[in-house]
Amino acid sequence: MTAPQRLHDAPLADAAGLYRTVRLIRRFEQRAIEMVRGGLIPGGIHPYIGQEAVAAGVCAALRPDDLITSTHRGHGHVLAKGADPVRMLAELAGRETGLNAGRGGSMHAADVGVGIYGANAIVGAAAAIATGAAWSHRRAGHDLVAVTFFGDGAVNQGVLLEALNLAALWRVPVVFVCENNGFAATMRVEAATAGTITGRAGAFGIPAVTVDGMDPQAVLTAAAEAVARARAGDGPVFLECLTYRFDAHHTWEHVARPRYRTAEEIAEGAARDPVQIQAARVPEPVRVRIDAEIEELLDQAQRFAAASPEPDPSGALDYLYADGLRGRAGTA
Amino acid sequence: MPILSYLRALNRALGAEMERDPAVCVLGEDIGVAVSNVTTGLLKRFGPERVLDMPISEQAFTSFATGAAMSGSRPVVEFQIPALLYLVFEQIANQAHKLSLMTGGQVKVPVTYVLPRSGSRVGWAGQHSDHPYSLFAHVGVKTAVPATPTDAYGLMISAIRDDDPVILFAPAGAAERRENVDYAALAPVPLGAGRVHRPGTDVTVVAVGHLVYDALEVADELAASSGISAEVFDPRTLYPFDWAGLAASLRRTGRLVVVDDSNRTCGIGGEIIATAAEQMRLIAPPKRVTRPDGAVLPFSRGLDLAVQPSASQLRAAIEAVVTAG
Repeated sequence: MTAPQRLHDAPLADAAGLYRTVRLIRRFEQRAIEMVRGGLIPGGIHPYIGQEAVAAGVCAALRPDDLITSTHRGHGHVLAKGADPVRMLAELAGRETGLNAGRGGSMHAADVGVGIYGANAIVGAAAAIATGAAWSHRRAGHDLVAVTFFGDGAVNQGVLLEALNLAALWRVPVVFVCENNGFAATMRVEAATAGTITGRAGAFGIPAVTVDGMDPQAVLTAAAEAVARARAGDGPVFLECLTYRFDAHHTWEHVARPRYRTAEEIAEGAARDPVQIQAARVPEPVRVRIDAEIEELLDQAQRFAAASPEPDPSGALDYLYADGLRGRAGTA
Repeated sequence: MPILSYLRALNRALGAEMERDPAVCVLGEDIGVAVSNVTTGLLKRFGPERVLDMPISEQAFTSFATGAAMSGSRPVVEFQIPALLYLVFEQIANQAHKLSLMTGGQVKVPVTYVLPRSGSRVGWAGQHSDHPYSLFAHVGVKTAVPATPTDAYGLMISAIRDDDPVILFAPAGAAERRENVDYAALAPVPLGAGRVHRPGTDVTVVAVGHLVYDALEVADELAASSGISAEVFDPRTLYPFDWAGLAASLRRTGRLVVVDDSNRTCGIGGEIIATAAEQMRLIAPPKRVTRPDGAVLPFSRGLDLAVQPSASQLRAAIEAVVTAG
């Protein structure tokens, strides 16, 4: 096993590093979708396919001790920030060996040790958590930055707008990253959003940049500037990454088949593929080696997940309280 | 002995913990000038980095506290109005409370939420008079409702030191209470430990928060008028609940009345009676005195009072339970 367990073991920000990250996310998601179909991942997933450049570019601009909060569509962020893909896949499969010991799953995957404060299943909810986390670290004298990822659907959530205000008011080192993939679940952004997305940041005096979210290098360049500004104490920055989701909002769509965009539209959106864009920047021998390493790593991850034990039902409410408090059982 | 008021006890506990532990900070609306009297003097003592006046953004500052708690701070969040808890139920019940389990124990969320003057203040009408402690016990957030200044002090200390979210309701009906105390004897009160305020042999009266005072008055009256010996049990925390303490009391009395400032359906009083019926010794059917089902407190003084549990209702319930069975 020669492939790095954590992406941070390899350089992230060079062309090969960005390629490794987007390719890993793509293949991870493709395999995870297969595992959903095979019944190995309960509940389904929100695939990140098509949006890989955002996670890869932003996280390549971060230090290992920087923090992120993620979303229901969070696998890409978690992998790009440096969680172990093997334990991540085990988490999706609900295994005791998973990142969250099988207690969180796809929508709550977290790895606090590498600054991943967790995916969050309520749209926009994590922005205020990230703001408080960054404020607390700054108060303690740490110069770290928090990135909060959210989708275009979150820009009409009150708590996100309130968090923008608090972060701007106190110059908290937070980078707000909006992944505008054009749809809030099945609702088009034009149908959901009055005004503009970056205009919301402007209303709070937060500098906002719109970037090509299909190009990992472009995202990295913009994110590096944003992170540097936040780290320097100049307050929050807002990045809008224009991207496109190639697959379903949730794997349930593969069954329910809601019609909210045409095959032609999807094909057009997928014509610019972040994995291909970055692949073109990497010499073929390097790419071939990276691809092989990723397949080997994911083979290992799938074997590990399948071989790992499911949590013992007697521990279903383990970790509910920090002090181990046990409430009464459901039967007297 | 010095006299300690209830709100001064909370203030004293908060100040003592901020002095002891630099991670403790307090945030809320109008706390710099201490509109609710809980944060009096703290801004001057500890500065604006630890006493944070918040804009009217309850949802953001509640989750801000969660993020800060995950990152080394121990925030105390003050809400001036109990109904604001409905606005931030997502942030408390669905975020702060769930993060420890959902992350497989990777994070702790040591936040304390304080509700000065919860319940009715008479005349504050429909949206400022609720007492939603049962909701938090229901979802499993550690929930304290101290009745006395000493317990307010001790439970506030324990709440701040606890590594999980804890919500502390300071009932309006108890907030003006005073007590003679020996400052040196003030101590933490563990979560989950009830207290017998008045021993008795005929009936156990479980009283929540400020209703402890009504229960004590009624117990004294009934002792004088009818020779009834009522034991008054104050759970002090509703989650975790001191079931062993209640069982011990019922072993002495065998009869149970609960007085609870919740709406009747799914209020904590129903849970107390259900548990006693399932697991404890009862020699007569129990009774509870609560707000009516689905109550919205009406504005006019007489209407407001008509909806709150009253001493006369409690007296009637005790008499009925003592003579039944």
